[in-house]
Amino acid sequence: MSSKSSIISQIKKLNMEEKPLPEIPDFTIAEDLKSTFSESIAGNKGLVVPVSELEELITLSKFSKIFSSCPQFSHHCNCEVPPHPAGFADLDLAILEGQVAVAENGAIWLDESNLEMRAIPFITSHLVIVIKEENLVGNMHQAYDKIGLDHSGFGVFIAGPSKTADIEQSLVVGAHGAMSLRVVIV
Amino acid sequence: MSHPANAALFLKDQSRAKWHDETLWIVRQKRDLTIHQIPEWEQLRDLASQIKEHTLSKLDFYLEELERNATANGIKVHWAENAAEHNEIIGRIIDEKNCTAIVKSKSILTEECHLNPFLEAKGIEVVDTDLGERIIQFLKQPPSHIVMPAIHLKKSDISDIFHEKLQTEKGNIDPVYLTQAARLHLREKFLQAKVAITGVNFGVAETGEFVVCTNEGNADMGVHIADTHIACMGIEKLIPRRKDLGIFLRLLARSATGQSITNYNSHFRSPAPGKELHLILVNNGRTKQLGREKFRNSLKCIRCGACMNTCPIYRRSGGFSYGSTVPGPIGSILSPGIDLKKYSTLPFASTLCGSCSDVCPVKINIHEQLYEWRQEITKAQGTSAKGIAMKLANGLFQSPLAYRLSGKAMRASLKNLPNSVIYNPLNVWGKSRDLPPVPTETFKEWYKKNKK
Repeated sequence: MSSKSSIISQIKKLNMEEKPLPEIPDFTIAEDLKSTFSESIAGNKGLVVPVSELEELITLSKFSKIFSSCPQFSHHCNCEVPPHPAGFADLDLAILEGQVAVAENGAIWLDESNLEMRAIPFITSHLVIVIKEENLVGNMHQAYDKIGLDHSGFGVFIAGPSKTADIEQSLVVGAHGAMSLRVVIV
Repeated sequence: MSHPANAALFLKDQSRAKWHDETLWIVRQKRDLTIHQIPEWEQLRDLASQIKEHTLSKLDFYLEELERNATANGIKVHWAENAAEHNEIIGRIIDEKNCTAIVKSKSILTEECHLNPFLEAKGIEVVDTDLGERIIQFLKQPPSHIVMPAIHLKKSDISDIFHEKLQTEKGNIDPVYLTQAARLHLREKFLQAKVAITGVNFGVAETGEFVVCTNEGNADMGVHIADTHIACMGIEKLIPRRKDLGIFLRLLARSATGQSITNYNSHFRSPAPGKELHLILVNNGRTKQLGREKFRNSLKCIRCGACMNTCPIYRRSGGFSYGSTVPGPIGSILSPGIDLKKYSTLPFASTLCGSCSDVCPVKINIHEQLYEWRQEITKAQGTSAKGIAMKLANGLFQSPLAYRLSGKAMRASLKNLPNSVIYNPLNVWGKSRDLPPVPTETFKEWYKKNKK
C-alpha cells in the first residue's frame, strides 16, 4: 500500500463525526485607515514617507543599482531583470507596487503581477512599496476578500524590513533581506 | 534522562536561569499588549479552534483536496508515513539534482524527522538559515524553543561561537555587528544553493497553496534563488479555505512574539517558470494522535510557542530539560503520544495552572490533556513515591480524628526534626522549596478564639 493510501485509510477508519466549519463575520475596523496603517508599519520598523522624501532620499543616496517596476518612479530605474536572481545580489533599491495594504498590521500584498522576479523584494538592500490610498483595507479578512482566489504562482504579505531578535531578544533590522522598507501612499 | 534531572542541571546556573525566566516573561507580556489591541481576540481564538476542529474531522477529504489542487498548480506532492520516508524523499530529490549543499529555513518537522544528520551522513552540507538556528547549528545543539531557537544563549556565547566560525572580533557582543556578520556569511550560502528546504505554516486545501511565515526573510531568500524548493508539512497543518488565513495570520505572530504579523508571509502556489516545487505531506504518528479522542485537540497547534513563554516550568527549566523536539506544555502532550515511556516525566513537568490553555490561540485544553496523560502514565507505570504519599493523605483526610491528631503530631515534629529528615531525598517536594514557619495553633483553634 502506498503511504498516501495508508495515511488516508488510517484517517477514514477513525470514522470521525464531521464538525461544522464556521463562517467568518465582519469585524469593526479602524476609522482612519491611513494613520493606523502608518503606525502599524512603524511598529514593524518600516516607514511611510511622502513622495518628496523618497525623491530626496534617492537623490542624496549613493545607490548605484536601482530597479523600479512602478511607472511613477521608472525614471530611477537603471537596470533590467537579470536571467538569474543572483544577478540582483548587488541591487541597492527596488521600487515595487503593492496591491492591498492592511491598516491593522501594515501588511502589503504583492503577487507575481507586481514581481517580475520573485526574489526582488528579498534580495534588494532597500525596498520601497507604492500603494494607492484606495487600496487600504482594515484587516486581513478584508484583504483576502479583495485578493480573492485568482491564480498567482506566488504572493506575499510584506509588513516590514527583514528583522531578527535571535541574539538575546535584541531587535536588529536587516537580517537577510531588505534592510529598510519605505511605503509611499499615492 | 527525566525532566526533573534535566531541570536540576539547568538550575545549577541560578543567574542564567533567572535571566531565562525573565526574558520569556517579557515575550509573554508583549503578547498581552498586542492582543488587547484586537477587541475580537477571543472570538478569533474560537473561530481558529473551530476551523481546526472541522479540518481534523475531515482530514482525509482535505488532504486529498490539497493534493489535487497543488498537483494541478504544478507542485509535486509526496506522502511520507514516517520520518525515514520523509528523509528518503528529500535525499532522492537532492541526489537527482547532483546537489552537495542545501539551505534550510526553520522547520520543526525536519527537526522531528532528524533530517540534518540524515543528509550530513550522505555528505550533503545543510545550512540552517534562520539566525537563531544557524547559531545553535554551529554549537551542535537542538533548538530550545520552537520560535526562538537560541533563547537559552547569551550575547557572549554567540560572540564566542561567531569568533570561532565566522572570525568576528573576539569579545564583540554587539547584536548588530554579529547579525551583520551572519548576513554576509549566509548571503554567500544563499547565492550558491541549488536546493532550498522550508517548513510550512499553513496548507490551504481550496487553492492547493501553502504559506511560510518568517521575519528574517530567510525562507524567501533561499527558495527564490534556488532552482528547487522542497516544503515539508505535517498533515495537521491544513486549513480548508484561503480566507481562513485571515484568522490564523492575525493570531500567529501576536501569540508568538507580540508582533502584529510576521514581516514576510509567503504564499506558494506554483513553481516559478523553469523551477521545481515539492510538497511532502508527513504523518509520523499524527494519525495515531488523531485516533486518541482525549488528545486529538493537540493537533490544532500552529506552533506559536505562547504556551512555552507563559509556562512557569518551561521558563525555569529551559527547553532542553524536556528532551523532546517540541518542548514546553504543548510538547508535553504531543511527545507521550510518540513514545510514552521515553517522555513519561513530561506531563508531570507542569503546575496545571492552566496558563498555557489561556494563551493558546487555537484554544487547546493543554493543561487538561497534561492531567489526562498523567492518568495514562500512572496506569501504565504503577505507583510512585508521590503516589504513596497521596494514598496516605487520602486515609488521613477521610477520618476527622486521624486528621486532627496528625496535624498536632506534624506541628510538633516539624519544629523539632532536623532538616536532613524533612528534606530527605524521598521528599521530592522538599527540593528547592522551603517550608513556611510552623504555626503554633490550628486554623480551627484560631477560628474558635477569634469568632465573635
